[in-house]
Amino acid sequence: MNFLQTIGRTFLKFLATCGRLTIFAAVAVSHCVRPPFYPRIVLRQIIEIGFYSLPVIGLTTLFTGMVLVLQTYTGVSRFSAEGAVANVVVLAITRELAPVLAGLMIAGRVGASMAAEIGTMRVTEQIDALTTLSTNPMKYLVAPRILAGVIVLPPLVLIGDIIGVFGGYLVATYKLDFNPAGYIKSTYDFMQFMDVVSGLAKAAVFGFLITLMGCYHGYNSKGGAQGVGAATTNAVVSASILILCFNYILTELFFAGK
Amino acid sequence: MTDSTPKIKMTNLHKAFGPKVVLNGLDLEVGVGESVVIIGGSGTGKSVTLKSILGLLHPDSGEIEVDGESVVNINQRKRDKVNRKFGMLFQGGALFDSLPVWENVAFGLLAEKRCTRLEGKKIALQKLAQVGMPPEVGDLSPSELSGGMQKRVGLARAIAGDPEIIFFDEPTTGLDPIMADVINDLIVKCVREVGATALSITHDMASARKIADRIAMLYEGKIIWQGPASEIDNSGNPYVDQFINGHADGPIAMAVRA
Ligand SMILES: Nc1ncnc2c1ncn2[C@@H]1O[C@H](COP(=O)(O)OP(=O)(O)OP(=O)(O)O)[C@@H](O)[C@H]1O
Ligand SMILES: [Mg+2]
Repeated sequence: MNFLQTIGRTFLKFLATCGRLTIFAAVAVSHCVRPPFYPRIVLRQIIEIGFYSLPVIGLTTLFTGMVLVLQTYTGVSRFSAEGAVANVVVLAITRELAPVLAGLMIAGRVGASMAAEIGTMRVTEQIDALTTLSTNPMKYLVAPRILAGVIVLPPLVLIGDIIGVFGGYLVATYKLDFNPAGYIKSTYDFMQFMDVVSGLAKAAVFGFLITLMGCYHGYNSKGGAQGVGAATTNAVVSASILILCFNYILTELFFAGK
Repeated sequence: MTDSTPKIKMTNLHKAFGPKVVLNGLDLEVGVGESVVIIGGSGTGKSVTLKSILGLLHPDSGEIEVDGESVVNINQRKRDKVNRKFGMLFQGGALFDSLPVWENVAFGLLAEKRCTRLEGKKIALQKLAQVGMPPEVGDLSPSELSGGMQKRVGLARAIAGDPEIIFFDEPTTGLDPIMADVINDLIVKCVREVGATALSITHDMASARKIADRIAMLYEGKIIWQGPASEIDNSGNPYVDQFINGHADGPIAMAVRA
């Protein structure tokens, strides 16, 4: 009996959280499209999220592209299909690896710091102070961050695509003795517009999820430093899981029946 | 009390956090241009009272009127309008640590678009001078200031928009005696010269005597005594006598066990 009670209670709690989160997201999005806007803060967040994440994204995708070529080569050479390496690599990077890995890295970097910053503002009453100074904290703190996340992730992932493919090219030509021109040509020939676009669309969704989780957990944190710490962890974990889960859903949507 | 409508009127206010009852039928009126000080032990709900008026906390039951209009359960638009009448000094300062000091002070003015950034800075430095801060401080970050300095910046921010009603949550705590007196004078000046209505919280009886027209004592969620500041020494109320004389023995039993 107790066991069932626990399950039921947990499930109800889960539903309540989903509801709260949905309302939070809806309010935040509605503030994104209604004035007053805060372009200065959006810009600052774009630099914070985008520019400062470039090294992390570059290194992640570079090494992923490199290792991908090695493994793919091992795999396809069993069927003497070495010519397919470039094709597989560009598809895997643009469709899946660049958006997902970039999303996860940024969830760790940006989601955590957002939750910590907003959480600290909550526990030190700065969010209350905003309200008393004619400023809606959802509009001033949350909306610009979400906007910046959605704007900045696609270009970041595009850069990641390029660096990832380039990493693959390096290993293929220097280590596996592929013909440089031939590798580039087959990369280019096999790459489809939809591969890249679907990856960028995923990136925009991930940007939304990461910033939403960072803001939501920060905004609702309570109880001093410990509460802020918990908010930070929750923001990263929930954003990461949502990214992986939405990645599957979006892939189904884009490529079902293909 | 005058026959005009009071600036703030709280009737039978109740507020509990879970099982913990904080406000238990609080009644208090603050007249136009009057300075009322709430005294009471630590944790008796003084800050909660102010936050309820500001709409940061929602009372469980009871009525709060500002200028004769109910402000309980009003919509966001009305709340924004009411909050423009208020200035609030938070107990912990609650300065925005992402902004320089001057922008903290001018925040409300800039948010309401009452001046340009350049004018805002000028007004901010002027308000900082009123609380005894040199202009160089304006460009520092709040985290570079001492606790007492942060308090004074918070005070400058609270009065920067020339609000009709100002709430001071422990304005002199953490200040040296001389600066405390400067701040007392400033509060008196705001009330007497600018005609603002003030509701303050303090533990500092010297400050209370100086700034209050009327003193109210909060105990166990109710106002147990109120009267003109000059009568505080002859209140005939044993709770008040114990509090203002700071005796450990008396009807207020502190929950300490040695
Ligand atoms: N957000 C909250 N959640 C739960 N309990 C709260 C919250 N805010 C205040 N309390 C509780 O309400 C009580 C009154 O708090 P309040 O901050 O009003 O005290 P206070 O009278 O201002 O005390 P002090 O003089 O120490 O500032 C405290 O016991 C506190 O634990
Ligand atoms: Mg307090």
